Amino acid sequence: MVALRLIPCLDVAEGRVVKGVNFVGLRDAGDPVELACRYSLAGADELVFLDIAASHEGRETLVELVRRTAESVTIPFTVGGGIGSLKGIKELLRAGADKVSLNSSAVRNPDLIREGAKKFGSQCIVVAIDARRRIQEDLGWDVYVKGGRENTGIDVVSWAKEVSDLGAGEILLTSMDGDGTQAGYDLELIKTVAEVVPLPVIASGGAGCIKDIIEAFTRGKASAALLASLLHDGLLTVEEIKYELLNQGLPVRPIDNEQSFR
Amino acid sequence: MSTRLGLIDYGMGNLHSVQLAFRRLNKSLDLVKTPTDLKKCDALILPGVGAFDPAMENLERTHLVPDLKIWAEQDKPLLGICLGLQLFFESSDEGSSAGLGLLKGHVQRLPINKKERIPHMGWAPLEQKNESPLLNSFDQNNWMYFVHSYAAKPIKERDLAATVTFGDTKITAIVWRSRIGACQFHPEKSSLAGQRMLNRWLKWLEDGAEPLQIA
Repeated sequence: MVALRLIPCLDVAEGRVVKGVNFVGLRDAGDPVELACRYSLAGADELVFLDIAASHEGRETLVELVRRTAESVTIPFTVGGGIGSLKGIKELLRAGADKVSLNSSAVRNPDLIREGAKKFGSQCIVVAIDARRRIQEDLGWDVYVKGGRENTGIDVVSWAKEVSDLGAGEILLTSMDGDGTQAGYDLELIKTVAEVVPLPVIASGGAGCIKDIIEAFTRGKASAALLASLLHDGLLTVEEIKYELLNQGLPVRPIDNEQSFR
Repeated sequence: MSTRLGLIDYGMGNLHSVQLAFRRLNKSLDLVKTPTDLKKCDALILPGVGAFDPAMENLERTHLVPDLKIWAEQDKPLLGICLGLQLFFESSDEGSSAGLGLLKGHVQRLPINKKERIPHMGWAPLEQKNESPLLNSFDQNNWMYFVHSYAAKPIKERDLAATVTFGDTKITAIVWRSRIGACQFHPEKSSLAGQRMLNRWLKWLEDGAEPLQIA
């Protein structure tokens, strides 16, 4: 079975990491490339960069960041934030991103998923879904866009199915109710989506301890977990999480420190 | 002697990542876009991500297909990566184009499976079946990064150098015959384990690219 993935997520704006990262011995805690290298060596399986400013002027800086990351980072990485056209996708893939993550633009224009998958392959089209529980709990979840500011009223589960049919390669599913709370993932959300699509689902939003991550995999059926403050604040390391996942009998990639060639 | 390494540029994906990976190993690659470019090379890499038919159509447009077939007949070193591996075969479930047919066999859609998702995406360890210059059985960490929805099925079992477990089945991870081979995963994206693998291939080339003998 393919290993469960741990994916650190770095929020960037104007080419710099936005939230501080608590790593010992970093020269420049704001440099996304240095952080990416550190996480890669620490055993991260993939990385995500999210351009939270996603401004028009910041695009050039983002492309340059992707270029520098591709030069030094040897694991796959995804870039998201403000990507709205085939041209935008191409620019980032060309600069060296392995995948792009589409969010608001995919809701506005679902054809972008289809066209992107056709042109560049499903493997590089991630669709990010920001979900919030409807007020009456049994009614499911709404899809939010524009960084969570706008409720589209679209049902998360039917959107996930559509995204899958359109040719996306992966779904990055964020529970807005859980995001930043460290109160645990919305397991019901993850499980419901993972059961209706054949695609890998990345769980995001709410992880506060190792147990939460384990449950996202075992009960939520997630294929990967996106991790932010838990790692950045130094509360847990990738190594500690992997050690515990292994103890639970879950498949993870061992951390590889073998620098020498043979 | 320094081997001249060519990277086939037919507009399908991961060219840049492959170039960067070899640059990290201090080896530069020459882009091969035409038959003239190809003739200057001692060894070739066929990369690729995307779908089978568009890839074959793009490859046809470079007019490299006949030369690649001759290259393989002459048993010169060739390394396929990901979709590059699938193009080595005769045909694919994913499309109707004929593949290069360098190896006998067909590319099949991954079986629907309760234990696995499609695309098969993420890290998995290799299981060695036969020898290949890419493999060293003493390298304990051989976890590689996979992203694919189709897998090749070589007709000749001896062409299969390594497999990976997918649900209840084993699928092709590396094929190898004499001096020609390919991997389904992305060594250029597989961290240190992938770098070690590419370095083994380079070393094999520099040591004279001994054809693999199978009893």
